[in-house]
Amino acid sequence: MADVNIKINGKDYTVPAGSTILTAARMAGIEIPTLCYLKEINEIGACRICVVEVKGARSLVAACVFPVNEGMEIFTNTPKVIESRKTTLKLILSNHKRECLSCVRSGNCELQKLCHDYGIENEYAFAGVKSAYAIDNSAAHMYRDNEKCILCRRCVAACEKNQGCGVIGANDRGFDTHIACAFEKPLADVACISCGQCITVCPTGALSERDDTQKVFDALNDPAKHVIVQTAPAVRVGLGEEFGYEMGTVVTGKLVAALKALGFDGVFDTNFSADLTIMEEATEFLGRYTKKENLPLITSCSPGWIKYCETYYPEFIPNLSSCKSPQGMFGSVAKTYYAEKMGIDPKDIYVVSVMPCTAKKFEAERREHTAVEGLADIDAVLTVRELARMIKKAGILFRELPDAQYDAPFGLGSGAGTIFGATGGVMEAALRTAYEVLTKEELTALDFHDVRGVAGIKEATYTIAGNEIRVAVVSGTANAGKLLEMIKSGEKTYDFIEIMACPGGCVNGGGQPIQPASVHNFRDIRAERAAGLYADDKALPVRKSHENPDVKAIYDEFFGEPNSHKAHEILHTSYVARKKY
Amino acid sequence: MVRAQVLICGGTGCTSSGSVKLIPEFEAQIAKNGLEDEIKIVKTGCFGLCELGPVVIVYPDGTFYSRVEESDVKEIVEEHLLKGRIVERLAYTDVAADAVVKGNVSLSDTRFYSKQKRVALRNCGVIDPENIEEYIAMDGYAALGKALTEMTPEEVIKTVMDSGLRGRGGGGFPTGLKWSFTAKNQADQKYVVCNADEGDPGAFMDRSVLEGDPHCLVEAMTICGYATGATEGYVYVRAEYPIAVARLQKAIDDARAYGLLGKNIFDSGFDFDLFIRLGAGAFVCGEETALMTSIEGNRGEPRPRPPYPAVKGLFGKPTTENNVETFANIPQIILKGAEFFNSMGTEKSKGTKVFALGGKINNTGLVEIPMGTTLREVIEDIGGGIPNGKKFKAAQTGGPSGGCLPASLLDIQIDYDNLVAQGAMMGSGGLIVMDEDTCMVDIAKFFLDFTVDESCGKCTPCRIGTKRLYEILEKITSGNGTLADLDEMESLCYYIKENSLCGLGQTAPNPVLSTYKQFKDEYIAHVVDKKCPAGVCKSLLSIVIEADKCKGCTLCSRVCPVGAISGTVKNPHVIDQSKCIKCGACIEKCKFGAISKK
Repeated sequence: MADVNIKINGKDYTVPAGSTILTAARMAGIEIPTLCYLKEINEIGACRICVVEVKGARSLVAACVFPVNEGMEIFTNTPKVIESRKTTLKLILSNHKRECLSCVRSGNCELQKLCHDYGIENEYAFAGVKSAYAIDNSAAHMYRDNEKCILCRRCVAACEKNQGCGVIGANDRGFDTHIACAFEKPLADVACISCGQCITVCPTGALSERDDTQKVFDALNDPAKHVIVQTAPAVRVGLGEEFGYEMGTVVTGKLVAALKALGFDGVFDTNFSADLTIMEEATEFLGRYTKKENLPLITSCSPGWIKYCETYYPEFIPNLSSCKSPQGMFGSVAKTYYAEKMGIDPKDIYVVSVMPCTAKKFEAERREHTAVEGLADIDAVLTVRELARMIKKAGILFRELPDAQYDAPFGLGSGAGTIFGATGGVMEAALRTAYEVLTKEELTALDFHDVRGVAGIKEATYTIAGNEIRVAVVSGTANAGKLLEMIKSGEKTYDFIEIMACPGGCVNGGGQPIQPASVHNFRDIRAERAAGLYADDKALPVRKSHENPDVKAIYDEFFGEPNSHKAHEILHTSYVARKKY
Repeated sequence: MVRAQVLICGGTGCTSSGSVKLIPEFEAQIAKNGLEDEIKIVKTGCFGLCELGPVVIVYPDGTFYSRVEESDVKEIVEEHLLKGRIVERLAYTDVAADAVVKGNVSLSDTRFYSKQKRVALRNCGVIDPENIEEYIAMDGYAALGKALTEMTPEEVIKTVMDSGLRGRGGGGFPTGLKWSFTAKNQADQKYVVCNADEGDPGAFMDRSVLEGDPHCLVEAMTICGYATGATEGYVYVRAEYPIAVARLQKAIDDARAYGLLGKNIFDSGFDFDLFIRLGAGAFVCGEETALMTSIEGNRGEPRPRPPYPAVKGLFGKPTTENNVETFANIPQIILKGAEFFNSMGTEKSKGTKVFALGGKINNTGLVEIPMGTTLREVIEDIGGGIPNGKKFKAAQTGGPSGGCLPASLLDIQIDYDNLVAQGAMMGSGGLIVMDEDTCMVDIAKFFLDFTVDESCGKCTPCRIGTKRLYEILEKITSGNGTLADLDEMESLCYYIKENSLCGLGQTAPNPVLSTYKQFKDEYIAHVVDKKCPAGVCKSLLSIVIEADKCKGCTLCSRVCPVGAISGTVKNPHVIDQSKCIKCGACIEKCKFGAISKK
């Protein structure tokens, strides 16, 4: 596209035509504050914090949505602009629950930061009536406190545009406008898939994960309990951000050390059970592929996707892999194989998961097929954010910790397990194993580039040992819906599909550290975090699931072989069709 | 052979004052006198003079009967229709002092009508709106025929442009220019949208056109479709207008049946069809992008502009949107030419404008005046002045987005630019007259209350800002305001205007700013003297009994609902201010004028 010449604060710039004032200013090294704007999904110009002066314009204009044109003269910091932004902030504050000192988002709140940056000298200006709302804590995974909501509608956009669910929206109007489900239903009673994408885009503390930290502290303080913890692949590339590391930094050693410092009796790697998943799922796939039965096989690692499928596309339930997710498999072997091996009554084993995910909290409460009758596979799920809070609360100086190693017998994970955290990773891991199973030859080129990257829908066809395998990789449930519709219409045919609920996969999960909109809008969180995981994969000594010694051991000692009867009893599950309304 | 026609107003005003009952009664009386073949009854749209409804007009002489009740019908039939004698006691004969009237006082001679010029409302009250042939008989669809068969789309747009017609819904954007924007955008589909949401409280001209002349809208929108390259149109009309919706639907159905909508209209190869979408009555849906969002099936909220509707409008396609009154002028402009229209009005405001005259005015109703008519003419001549001999204080134009014109501006020539220059606006044409008993702070609060309630809640300045502004006004009217509050009020007004997303928010502070500009002393009186000069704000007034006038009749103490008045017979009574709720019941009861507001 052609370029246009504009002036920003009196200086000349040439920027691509069609740019918004916001992006043009960014190119000029000027950050215009935003609250409601989220690139591509929430370009609504509602909060008015990004207003700027444009020469000749009747009123101030919203930089986030206003396109530049030739000769435009923009002023981003005039007294009028600054005063307007301050008034907007004061008005928002006047209807905001000002519990900033103890708020879960204190220090990472976009409203708080702007109030600080703009020097709001009187946070109690515009005193008047305040909206009163009850907290919705009905769902298994999150809270909504509308008294902290600033009505930016980023959550609404994420839910509708990225996730294709649209279970929340604006209700009532004017001053009474609030975000809620239709007919004021509690979140637990609507077709929410628990993905938590809404939380990761919330600028304030209006949305937060259900806090299970106290539950875990209590377990740790209970001498009768043997408390063990697993950490999902994407946790190692997310947690560092909570402690000031650059996005994409892998902090596995410090993560393990911190968990040990917190007092866990065993610190294990979900990469192990990811490898276990590959053993089961690759076998399941080859079985179905040979029999041409229930194809395409669709992965079941992502509990948000599972709930989406059960709710929106129950006709695809037979296509879902019966494998429990890596979290579920870990809990299952912890309470069977591990209990047996360690000589501990499974009732006394308390399994904690650290997950980049809020839907895992929901998954942990499912009771379809627990490994031990009457016991949950997983006792508590912590998001990355909750773990960071526990570490801070316990006074552990994360950055100063010496790296530590995971414990046996679930301490080893392959590179294939690590890349589960990025979209395409499960597919790539499965292909690495399937290749060697089918060809009985060693795979030397381990990187399957076609299934990598942040595109919402990726597809590839691989010919392995004469078998043509058509695969697709999808992230973001809105994309999943699109793909399933294409399959239903006959437009597309696949053998194997990986679906992750969150855009970009677990690296961008609903339980990951929250980045402000400025990062969402101008960097690619998905790609930067995924790069960390792919680098981790490359550096690991074992990069194929079936070569993981801990995995080999558990089959030798316990399960016999993948998809054995015992494996089915313990590592597989079933699903239920759910009603939308 | 029909020798006389009885036109009975079926508009909303007359319907609610009982015109529906008149029709069967006329039928019965006419039958009783054996006049069925000689007299025709026509249920028409609004005549405009709603204050005097139910209205009946007898043609060919044009006698205007007002406030006709069921019991009057017999007399009208027997005297007027049978014997040819006008029923004087019911005839409306209010003519100007200098008017020259030949014979009977006819409609066009009356003060109410003589200064009006009916273009948009030309057929309202004249034809049976449910009969397409009556519309056709009044040159209906002739403009469409002319456009489709004799003019190119460019010529149609040029005619509209040359006519000087500007949008009658609010901003006054030149209509022809708007059409040209859509016309030049290429797309596989374009739309014409008519805004019949009419959200201004008190305004009902669009309703009147829809109820009284629905084919006019069908014709105009089809012409617009031809000019801009659109093949589909939507009329967004509020569900609270059931008569309008029914008549418009009938008009659309009849037009389709006559081949005036649908495929290959007038054998020209041009296709156009029209659909109705009902709105739930949100004020914000009068904002064009919110309206389109609502038609699309979403929550009625505005979207940022650009992109403008001419580029990306309804369903993302180029769209032309005009309101009902704007469209209502189009057939006449096409048929009679641009000069017909631009010969009326002022330099930058051509043609006529319909106003809904209301408030403290004798002739409440709908009036259509040439642009440039003075406010004084509208109020004193057409409106018949203010009831009860009260003094004029201000006229509010433009509804909740508009502003007030004080007595010093009575001679202002009404047009877009003059109103804006005085902090008011044309808006959709609400004109509310206020007399000396009106508190301007209270009025500002009243209008703001409306916008606070009608804000969609999308943008911060409107959602929270207008609420806080309202709270400041509440503080002032309750006697707790300070001079600092006035400063905060004013700066908050400008903030809301400058920062809001759409026209609703951008104009919401206008009633406050304009009353503050024109009646600053009243604001000062509220905050400094703690007095409401008009005696409206209850917290700021006290009701007192003047001891020397009080005869001690005890009536006031007996009527007081809260027992605030004490005193003994034949001795002056006293009001306990701590108990008084200022209801004013005592003032009404006192026979000696001893009780008053202070």
